[in-house]
Amino acid sequence: MARIAGVDVPREKRVEIGLTYIFGIGPTTSRHILQKTQINPDTRVRDLTEDEVQRVREVIDHEYRVEGDLRREVALNIKRLTEIGSYRGLRHRRNLPVRGQRTKTNARTKRGARKTVAGRRKATSKK
Amino acid sequence: MSRSVKKGPYIEASLAKKVSAATRTTEKRIIKTWSRASTIIPDMVGLTIAVHDGRRHVPIFISENMVGHKLGEFAPTRHFRGHIKGERSGAVR
Repeated sequence: MARIAGVDVPREKRVEIGLTYIFGIGPTTSRHILQKTQINPDTRVRDLTEDEVQRVREVIDHEYRVEGDLRREVALNIKRLTEIGSYRGLRHRRNLPVRGQRTKTNARTKRGARKTVAGRRKATSKK
Repeated sequence: MSRSVKKGPYIEASLAKKVSAATRTTEKRIIKTWSRASTIIPDMVGLTIAVHDGRRHVPIFISENMVGHKLGEFAPTRHFRGHIKGERSGAVR
């Protein structure tokens, strides 16, 4: 019953929150959808009637790009950037931050966990 | 914040002149420019523009899906050559 937009099955939670488990739907879009379908955001997902679920599905199908489609769009955008050889594409290729953030330190989200380089201790203890 | 649509895309006047000249006479030699901030407009598609990277002019063949980007995006200004072994200083450019 709680299967909306493909594979997502959020239950037990308030619909407002449950919908955000779908890739491409955050708190804001979730609230917009519920407003449009006239559903109280405080009802639990399991308490939704079949009709309400259907209405939510329809709104999402028609007005939003979610899950696979959205992921594909994002991947294509990145692919375009890499193919035309732009700076942003280069950064994506190197797996480094794209928007000019510093990389001397931090940038851990993009670069992943630290990989320790051997033989750097002396340099840091100096001064 | 993005640029006002009213103004249209930014292209350096001198570059715009060279581009329109090149499109009129069926494409010939490459156009050198220092104007990295200029937007790529549809007229430039098919031309080769050499964009300055601070040291030399990097020739760039403009393709269709580059339209809307800036010329500088295609001529990187930093060339990372790797770190010197054992030492911790790296070389830029």
